[in-house]
Amino acid sequence: MIRSELIQIIADENPHLYQRDVERIVNTVFSEITEALAKGDRVELRGFGAFSVKLRDARMGRNPRTGEAVKVESKAVPFFKTGKLLRDRLNGRA
Amino acid sequence: MVDKTLTRMDLNEAVFREVGLSRNESADLVESVLNHISDAMVKGEQVKISSFGTFSLRDKSARVGRNPKTGDEAPIAPRRVLTFRPSHLLKERVATGNS
Repeated sequence: MIRSELIQIIADENPHLYQRDVERIVNTVFSEITEALAKGDRVELRGFGAFSVKLRDARMGRNPRTGEAVKVESKAVPFFKTGKLLRDRLNGRA
Repeated sequence: MVDKTLTRMDLNEAVFREVGLSRNESADLVESVLNHISDAMVKGEQVKISSFGTFSLRDKSARVGRNPKTGDEAPIAPRRVLTFRPSHLLKERVATGNS
């Protein structure tokens, strides 16, 4: 499933809404999560999962083409942990 | 780094402000977005949200685990796990926002 299919499914279920508004709703959900993570905040959606930011330490990397050692700066990366309910459902337990 | 946690309530509020719907309906639609993603994954589908990221599934085989506290061996049954791979854009926003 891709973003446009998700929008289409929800639009089909809500014929009283403009497709344009459904698009804005779906986009708002993902942009709110993005903005929160960009600020270093956590997003916790019970049953679904939690998005958070993890800090990766600086390390020495290697240019795979030349084999040359390069310094990789520490950086923040997005992380998702699946919620218990969804984890169970994926394994046919809920 | 500010230690704040957003919840469904914050997403509901954002949707409420963005679109001219009632608070109740906004909340139902946020729930619907999460439910449709979950349902697709439960059916074994990958969910790809452009410029956000991809939720995909991995089947893990059975292995012998260990209780880290007692050291006792414990069998771990084969299971399906979800992995989220953030898009380039999301990675970039998070890296620059938290540097």
